[in-house]
Amino acid sequence: MKTIEEIKAMIESAVVGVQLEIVLNPSPVAQHSLVVDPAHAVAVATYLRDAEELQFDFLSNLTGVDWLDKKVEETAGEGNKRVDPGHLEPGHLEVVYHLYSMALGHGPLVLRMRTVNRADQVTLPSLTPVWRSAEFQEREVFDLFGVVFDGHPDLRRILMWDEFKDHPMRRDYVEPDDFEYEPTPHDEVLKRATEHRAEAQKETEAAQ
Amino acid sequence: MTALLEKHLPGWNRPPEIAADDEGELLEVSMGPHHPSTHGVFRMDVALDGEIVVKLKPVFGYLHRNHEKIGESSSYLGMMPYTDRLDYFCSLTNNWAYALTVEKLAGIAVPERAEYLRVILGELTRIQNHVSSVGFLMQEMGCSGTPLMYAFREREKILDLFERLTGARMMCNYMRFGGCRVDATTVWLKDAQTVVAGLPGFVDELEALLSSNEILMARSQGVGVIKPELAVNAGLSGPMLRCTGVNYDVRKVDHYGIYDRFKFGVPLGAHGDVYDRYMVRVLEVRESIRILEQALHDIPDGPIVDAKAKSRGIRPKVGEAYGRIEAPKGELGFYLISDGTGTPYRYRVRPPSLINLTILEDMCLGHNVADVILAFGSVDIILGEVDR
Repeated sequence: MKTIEEIKAMIESAVVGVQLEIVLNPSPVAQHSLVVDPAHAVAVATYLRDAEELQFDFLSNLTGVDWLDKKVEETAGEGNKRVDPGHLEPGHLEVVYHLYSMALGHGPLVLRMRTVNRADQVTLPSLTPVWRSAEFQEREVFDLFGVVFDGHPDLRRILMWDEFKDHPMRRDYVEPDDFEYEPTPHDEVLKRATEHRAEAQKETEAAQ
Repeated sequence: MTALLEKHLPGWNRPPEIAADDEGELLEVSMGPHHPSTHGVFRMDVALDGEIVVKLKPVFGYLHRNHEKIGESSSYLGMMPYTDRLDYFCSLTNNWAYALTVEKLAGIAVPERAEYLRVILGELTRIQNHVSSVGFLMQEMGCSGTPLMYAFREREKILDLFERLTGARMMCNYMRFGGCRVDATTVWLKDAQTVVAGLPGFVDELEALLSSNEILMARSQGVGVIKPELAVNAGLSGPMLRCTGVNYDVRKVDHYGIYDRFKFGVPLGAHGDVYDRYMVRVLEVRESIRILEQALHDIPDGPIVDAKAKSRGIRPKVGEAYGRIEAPKGELGFYLISDGTGTPYRYRVRPPSLINLTILEDMCLGHNVADVILAFGSVDIILGEVDR
């Protein structure tokens, strides 16, 4: 297979205005990846699938990764003086694609796409029109990570039930308290249980 | 027989055409979640025009336990027994895929004897999975009991081997990073040889019963047809892909383990229908027997765990790895991201069963309800892996 730099150069010459970035993988397998900007993702994907020398016709794996907001403190100079008192580096959601070529028998090529942040700008283009195997996997990433795929034919929750609110695979997901499961709550949980019961009591009274 | 049928019943093996009928209503049926043919808890929302399927939406998640979240809060070794529960028919190949990925991530070598043991156990797993999936398919076709029990009789011999070696019939938890957990004794290897020697006779018997069976052919030929272009595009793998004639086997492509040392073929179908999937599975059993004969003959002595590898408390360096193997159901992959601690930052399973179901609707549209059961059964899924 061509090296990641060659593939990057090929994509750049074929898709006008695309922004690509190589992410090196320091592990022994050295499966380096390409970060694709979402605006050109469908064009890049179509090119990778159809280009004569690449023919990545098989999208093997598609998954999400949650990168939390990170507090960064910069130190420099003698005695590691603190230059930056610590600023928040915004996190993002990332979708990772593993591509193989069945026609030419090479791979994997790893693509990544990143959302702007983790809160409100979480839309990425769907690659289901290019590779059908993305259909259920994108639904799964939508369900568990909360990435919205623009252009997906049927974007619904797939593993969790429809009424479920949160996205359980996010790193900061907290399971809701289950007071039925824990009939004798104590300490912290007791406090929340008391509040919960008072609220439930109020709701019942309001309903009657 | 086929020529005779074609003469008297022209078009007997072709799917029925959907009649353009503006009258009448569509009937929505919920097939499952508790139905003997769904192999677990799985539901299909089907819209019917008379007997003909016009819409089919699979509904997942009844067995969802967020396996991947558990993976992100457990140690690397701690996930090994959990992988058994993914596809609980093939725990050994699940172990293998996971161990392979961690070995890629951390750069661990595997000694030769352990590689041979992995191949032997992996191929035994493939045989017992394929024969029982053929049995289940027959069960769903209406030949109640007999082929399934024949298949289970053979499967039980293989599970006995698993139990003697690993201590468990199905939840084997056998592979370790850099090798295997316990060594096989010479007696075990000899008995494995005996079991393998008996298998070709069993496959002959199965084929004599089924392969040219008139009812099987009438029910399965031309049903649930997949086109090769769609199969590749939809990410199908394993027998589901090869029944369409696409020659892609991860054992041949990636040469993981020591598969390049063995002589074996990759059976291909031509029509992509249920019958071809049945046939590909049967032929794959024969190829697996060939691999087993070679592996059991060649297996060398030596250590079963790499001297430098450690399983407990492993902390791979920062990085990521995607590893995949040819599991009986298809391409089983694991994707791990390490942040340098003893717990994976991201733990992902690429489930072949789920992705093979992508084209379930395409296979069933225009067929009778009874054929939905067949098309679905021929995918060969395990809900533990679909829902994770």
